[in-house]
Amino acid sequence: MTNGSLPWYILLLPLGSAAAINFVTRRSEPLSSFISVAAVLASFVCSYLLFRQPDLSAAQVTWIDFPGIFTVPLGFSLDGLSKTMLLVVTGVGALIHIYSLGYMRNEDGQSRYFAALSLFMFAMIGIVLANNFVMLFIFWELVGFTSYVLIGHWFDREAAAEAAKKAFLTNRVGDFGFMLGILMIWMPTRSIVFADIVTAMPQSGLTPGYLTIAALLIFCGAAAKSAQFPLHVWLPDAMEGPTPVSALIHAATMVAAGVYMLVRVAFIIQASPDALTVIAWIGTITAVMAALIATQQNDIKRILAYSTLSQLGYMVMAVGLASNEAAMFHLFTHAFFKALLFLGAGSIIVMLHHEQNIWKMGGLARNLPITFLTFAIGALALMGCPPFSGFFSKDAILALAYEHNPWIFAVGLFTAFLTAFYVTRLLVVVFLGKPRTAEAQDSDEAPFVMTGPLITLAAFSALAGFAFFAQPFLVLPHETEVNVVVPGLAILAMVGGVGLGFFLYRNRQSERFDIALLRRRFYVDEFYSWLIDSTQEALARLSAFIDRWIIDAGAVRGASNGAWGAGALLRLVQVGNLQAYVFLFGLGIVVLIYFTVFH
Amino acid sequence: MLYLIIFTPIVSALLILLGAPARKMALLGSVFVLALTLLAFVFFQPSSRYPFQYNSSISVLPDWKLNFTIGLDGLSLVMVLLAAIVTVAAVWFTGAIEKYEGGFYACLLFISGGAIGAFASLDLFFFYAFHELALIPTFLLIGIWGSGNRSAAAWKITIYLAIGSFILLLGLILLYESIPAEARTFEIAKLKTAAASLPPDAQKNIYLLLLIGFGILVSLFPFHSWAAEAYASAPPPAAMLHAGVLKKFGLYGLLRLALPLVPVGAQHWTWLLVLLLLGNIIYIGLVTIAQKKLDWMLGYSSVMHMGYIFLGFASANVLGLTGAAVLMFAHGISIALLFAIAGEVRKRTGTLDFEELGGLGKVMPFAGLAFGFGVFAAIGLPGLANFAGEIMIFFGAFSTNWELNRFHMFQVATVLGLWGVVISAVYMLRAYRRVFMGPINDRDKNVIDLRRSLRLPVTLLIAASVWIGFFPQSFVQRIAPTFRSYFNSSASR
Repeated sequence: MTNGSLPWYILLLPLGSAAAINFVTRRSEPLSSFISVAAVLASFVCSYLLFRQPDLSAAQVTWIDFPGIFTVPLGFSLDGLSKTMLLVVTGVGALIHIYSLGYMRNEDGQSRYFAALSLFMFAMIGIVLANNFVMLFIFWELVGFTSYVLIGHWFDREAAAEAAKKAFLTNRVGDFGFMLGILMIWMPTRSIVFADIVTAMPQSGLTPGYLTIAALLIFCGAAAKSAQFPLHVWLPDAMEGPTPVSALIHAATMVAAGVYMLVRVAFIIQASPDALTVIAWIGTITAVMAALIATQQNDIKRILAYSTLSQLGYMVMAVGLASNEAAMFHLFTHAFFKALLFLGAGSIIVMLHHEQNIWKMGGLARNLPITFLTFAIGALALMGCPPFSGFFSKDAILALAYEHNPWIFAVGLFTAFLTAFYVTRLLVVVFLGKPRTAEAQDSDEAPFVMTGPLITLAAFSALAGFAFFAQPFLVLPHETEVNVVVPGLAILAMVGGVGLGFFLYRNRQSERFDIALLRRRFYVDEFYSWLIDSTQEALARLSAFIDRWIIDAGAVRGASNGAWGAGALLRLVQVGNLQAYVFLFGLGIVVLIYFTVFH
Repeated sequence: MLYLIIFTPIVSALLILLGAPARKMALLGSVFVLALTLLAFVFFQPSSRYPFQYNSSISVLPDWKLNFTIGLDGLSLVMVLLAAIVTVAAVWFTGAIEKYEGGFYACLLFISGGAIGAFASLDLFFFYAFHELALIPTFLLIGIWGSGNRSAAAWKITIYLAIGSFILLLGLILLYESIPAEARTFEIAKLKTAAASLPPDAQKNIYLLLLIGFGILVSLFPFHSWAAEAYASAPPPAAMLHAGVLKKFGLYGLLRLALPLVPVGAQHWTWLLVLLLLGNIIYIGLVTIAQKKLDWMLGYSSVMHMGYIFLGFASANVLGLTGAAVLMFAHGISIALLFAIAGEVRKRTGTLDFEELGGLGKVMPFAGLAFGFGVFAAIGLPGLANFAGEIMIFFGAFSTNWELNRFHMFQVATVLGLWGVVISAVYMLRAYRRVFMGPINDRDKNVIDLRRSLRLPVTLLIAASVWIGFFPQSFVQRIAPTFRSYFNSSASR
């Protein structure tokens, strides 16, 4: 295999798998799942080979070509950023494919599931490799589509059907802005290829105001995909999909694509200080808001979903503070520990026969020891406990905030406290104390095909933060001075959160607080349904009314009864039969012949 | 070869009327045409200097310089290909016909032959006459074999399209009359040279007539209200052929005649066209959201999507025009697929009311998959044909009259058009969710999926959409030279 074709293999293997499953092996579920797992493993191996090769350029093809006007190549960005991201995507992806073998083994529609999973890998790899805006947008939309299919995997459930639709539509709203941003960058620079835009930008006469608008529009796309406020509403509902999907798509990879995209086009965003400020604050608001909501949720997957929102908020905060390194570092560690937490939750959910309410669990540490230990490692990483990976990456972001903006730092620190608090609540309620239901009492450890990925991910979650581990993959953010204030405060916040959580929830049988504002997620969903109903739906009803009673009834009948020239013609038709139609159109030809003959 | 492509459907239709076995003859004829068209597509040589290939001309009335001239350039080639593909699917999807079976198939083939003839004609007279030939069977199909309030729907579409054709005819006559007597001709290519000397005022009047005439045929807002009702009442194969193929005649006419012949007129009325097409995209989009039945929803959605094609047309640059042509093809394929599956759903459940449907994906997995392809094609998912067209249109429109730091009409129209993409996702996904997702009704538990033989035409349509979605360049390189020639010649003039 030649070097230049390696990225094509990585990209096309999963597509081939999706096609093969859909068209050939749809009826044989074991074969379908085997093909899918084999494809992702092969992609992972190729990604590793690619990673080992320093300089590579891949052949590119042209998708649409109007020479001199508009050219869309399908070409690859092969740099440290994309290579590392490829490893994360295919590596975590491979583990989750394997885990899915266990999780989905008694489910219907496995072929559909694995085909969609393969298609997702194809689309996600496409995002990572894209070297231009349109190609990125293409795979961006495809990722949204596979997310729709997978959230709606159990499409006969109302909740899943609604959640899938909501996810796609919310992303469409973001993509509206994204596309507009792309157009706004394209016109002055006349290019969509990242490398060409970089060179064309200085001479294109862009004003700061224009650039700010364009950057924020592009950010719209990232905000929807990475579920940032105010486009965050779809992600918690997306938990209606199978849990491995939540782990892969809605925690580790796809939702991080927004952050990845921002890093990829950082040269545009960092050219506008105003846009950076807005982005940093949106990340901050999302982080603290989601953490607050997470403290009052009772569904294990929703708690994790809100924690994902919150951690994505940290990453976006880092992007807004103009540090790609910190954002990517947290993305890197988060991919491992959040995938781990979701897969751990999945193993609990399966072993408890699809129970997701944490108050119907309890004392699971005894029956599911491997799940408990690995979950605990993930939880410690999430709350930023040294020496687990989350500590280092979160610390890097907090240090950055400390340097640039004390308010963002304060909110970030408070979020860290909240994170420790809700994660402790989760751990205590689920794993400690006494079992609260018979299912929890009689539960059993998951099979090896599921615990294997858990153990692997736990190892990564523990190690990924150390410089010796992360150095080969990432450019680590360097701290200007060895600062003890930031890690000190962060550890303090963490310990405070853990202590409070432990103190409040030890041996509790039910929730002790009922804060409606948080339980109902700040009423954002209610507000949106009111908004949609009072604008879009109202306008739609009004338009339909106008169309029926004014344009159709008024104009058409009015015209047909009117006295103008065609009136006679129309009456002819209305009294006639089918032959009249034929006559009428014959007439047209006669008129034409008349003009031909007599002129 | 082009004669065969044009006349095979018409001859097959006549043979059916004379007693040939209807379904077999129709299938044979349409598949034969498709095979020939694919050959024509493959052997077509893209070229700006000689855009028309497979040319042929027969003198019909030498005294009046009337010739039967045919030929294909990239634009008409793509339209003929669309007609050939959708015809095969429509004929295949025709189920058991209770009355006048032969008549039904003959009507379908007349529509097909008329549409292909109109697309391939290089002569104004036959261009118009072939379209009329295709319109008549449309009314017969709705009036005789339709459902619901079929006679009202048939009347409405008749009145409307008759007026449209009439206004169009007035425009064409005015065009013909405005040209000095010695230069008068029906040949479109020569007309172009002759029309170059037309004064601006004449161009403006002619273009307005052409725009409204063709516009009515394409359901340009506010002349759209025939469409949804007609498609809801028409038998599914008729809706497939009309919404998919015949309706494109109006757009084709604008691209082929209005823009190159009266460019000054086109320039003058751009503001009006942009206003009306935004009516299609935003206003009709909202109307579509409020629909409560699948067939009406599809009918209105097809009206709405015409707005995007008009946007590409209005932007009047190579990028936008090519996008419009690609989207014409793409829309024809996707709407045919959607009407076909909707027809099968109605056949099995007896209703297309959203309130009474749900969860059909469980019992009709193949239909659900196929409809899903149609839905996602219609809302512009990359990898399917519509996206390729839409992206060219958006880039083309956005670049029209561009000025840094200022948004003019076309930039605003692009923004609103992009919002329309959100609107179409809303109604399409809502419909898909209502019909195929969620729990299933007890009444529909025993519904059966599409039978095996029907999967072939569905696959044909999906394959066409995926092909263009993945390899749009195969279309672009054939279509773009035609539009490039519009601008080259006007620059040298």
